[in-house]
Amino acid sequence: MIIKGKVWKYGNDVNTDVIFPGKYTYTVTDTTEMAKVALEDLDPEFAKNVKKGDVIVGGTNFGCGSSREQAASCLVYSGVGAVIAKTFARIYFRNCINFGLPALTSAQAVDALEHGESIEIDTDKGEIHCKAGVFIFPPLPKEVVGIFDAGGLIPYTKKQLGLG
Amino acid sequence: MGKTFSEKILGQKVGKSVVPGEIIEVEPDVAMSHDNTAAISKTFYKIGVDQVYKPDMHVVILDHCTPAANEKFAENHKDIREFVRKQGIRNFYDIHVGICHQVMHEKGHVWPGALIVGSDSHTTSYGAFGAFSAGIGRSEMAAIMARGKIWLRVPETIKIVVDGEFPEGVSAKDLMLKIAGEIGADGALYKAIEFCGPTIDKMSVASRFVLTNMAVEIGAKAGYMIPNQATLDYLKERVTHPFETVESDPDAEYESEYHFDVSALEPMIAKPHSVDNVVPVSEVKGTKIDQVFFGSCTNARVEDFKIVVDVLRGKKVHSNVRMLVFPASLEVYLDVLKKGWITELVEAGCVIMNPGCGPCMGNHEGVPANGEVVLATSNRNFKGRLGNKESFVYLVSPRTAAVSALTGKIEDFRN
Repeated sequence: MIIKGKVWKYGNDVNTDVIFPGKYTYTVTDTTEMAKVALEDLDPEFAKNVKKGDVIVGGTNFGCGSSREQAASCLVYSGVGAVIAKTFARIYFRNCINFGLPALTSAQAVDALEHGESIEIDTDKGEIHCKAGVFIFPPLPKEVVGIFDAGGLIPYTKKQLGLG
Repeated sequence: MGKTFSEKILGQKVGKSVVPGEIIEVEPDVAMSHDNTAAISKTFYKIGVDQVYKPDMHVVILDHCTPAANEKFAENHKDIREFVRKQGIRNFYDIHVGICHQVMHEKGHVWPGALIVGSDSHTTSYGAFGAFSAGIGRSEMAAIMARGKIWLRVPETIKIVVDGEFPEGVSAKDLMLKIAGEIGADGALYKAIEFCGPTIDKMSVASRFVLTNMAVEIGAKAGYMIPNQATLDYLKERVTHPFETVESDPDAEYESEYHFDVSALEPMIAKPHSVDNVVPVSEVKGTKIDQVFFGSCTNARVEDFKIVVDVLRGKKVHSNVRMLVFPASLEVYLDVLKKGWITELVEAGCVIMNPGCGPCMGNHEGVPANGEVVLATSNRNFKGRLGNKESFVYLVSPRTAAVSALTGKIEDFRN
C-alpha cells in the first residue's frame, strides 16, 4: 500500500485525551463528527485542514493514556493514512492495528520529518520517503500482520470464525 | 534461568514455557468492560455472532457517567442492560455499585494468578492482588466476546524495590508520583512492573492498589505484587474461584531495577499537564485552587476517607473552594456513612456525590471553568482531562487535597 500526503508533526507524549477528548467518548459517535473533533485539544487547525493520506508524526509515547479506541479511529475517519512515532503507548498501538491504521516506528524519520512536508510511505517495502531521504521501518510481528492485512480485528475475527 | 510472574502466568495459559517478546494467543479468565459495553456489543454483532462465547467470563460495570448525564448516556446504559440480559451476562453491576476497578475486587472477580483483561487502561490495578491484568481496546473486547481469545506479547519486567518507613502523613500516592517523576510517562512502555520490598509487603490493600493502578501512567502493560497477608485476608471473604499465588523465581531476569527509599519522601504533586511533571508540594505551595476532586479508582477508599475526615473534622472548606467527594463504591460509601464520616464531610462543606468516575474524563459532575485550578486525587492531569482544556489539574494525595481545601491554596501538610 502507498500512502501519500503531508506531515502533521507534534511532540512527545501526545495523549488520547488531546487526540479524542474524554467528554466526547459517549456523545460523539458519528464517524464524520468524530473526524471533526480529532486532535481538538492539541491542534484546532488539524481537523479543518487534514487531507486524505496525510501522516501524523509524534515523538515518544504517542497515544498514552486511555484505552479509548476512538483516538485511533477518529484519525482513520479524518483521512489520516499513517502515524509515525519514536514509540507508541501499548494500547494505542493495538488499537491502530485493530483499526487498520499503520502505526510505524522510526526515530530517525521522526527527527528528520518537518511539519507540512510531503511524504510517501510504502507499507509493503517498509519505506518512508521524504525530503531528507528514505527511512526504513520494521514490519509488524508475523503473529499480528494477519489482523492488519485483513483490514483490522473485526474482519480478521470474522475470517477466523469462518464468517467473512 | 528463572521466570518472572508474567512469564509464569502467561505460560500457564498457553501450556508451555514463554519468553519476553513472544506473542501468544490466550483465553483470559476474566474480561471487564464498563459503559463502553454498548459500543462493544454493536461491534460484537457486526462480527456476525449471536451468542457471547462465554458469558461468565465477562464482568460489566456501569461507572463512567452515572447516573446518565443526557439522553446519549441514557441510551448507552439502556443498550447495555438489554445486551447483558439477552446474552446471560450475570456479572452485571448497574450505576449504583461503583467504579469498575474497585467493584472488580470487592465482588470477587480478581484472584492471584488470574489473567484479566479490561477495556479500560487502569486494568493494570488488579496486579495488587497478584493477577496479571492489562488494558485492551473495545474491538478486542468484542472479539473476545465472539471467540474468547486475544493476542498478548509476553512483556519484559521492571523491578521496583521500595524500602523505608513513610514519614508521617506521606502515602502511597506520594510514592507513585515520585516514581512517575523519576521513571517518566513512558519509562515502563510495554513492560510489566513488579513492585516489591519491605515497604510494599507492609502496605495496606488500598495503598498497594494505588501503585498498580497508576502503573499504566508510566506506560506499563501490567503492574504486579506478591499478595501480602492483608491482601489474602481481604480476598478470602470474596473470591470463590480456586487460586494459587504466582511468584517470580529468585533467579528471574529483569530488564531493569529501580530502588526507592521512602524514609525521606516528601508530599509530591504532578503539575499540569502530565503525570511525570512532578515536584515536591513545597515548590508550588500557595497556588490558589478552585476545586478539589476527592475520588477516582486511585484514591477514594475507606483509608483515604479516614485521612480526609481527620483533616476536615470540625473545620470548613475554604469559601472559594468546591470540594467534591466521590466514594469509590457502594461498599465504601456505606462503610463511611455508617461511621458518621459523611455527616462530618457535609458539615465541613463538602459536596457528596454518588460512587462513580465523576469528572475523571470530563463527562459530567464537576467540569471546571476556564482558568480554574483543580486538585485531584485521581491519576491523570492531561490537558482537558476533566472536560475543559482551559483548566489546570494537579494530582495529589488525599491528605494534600484535604489540607489545601481548608485554605484555598496548595499546602504542604507538614507545615
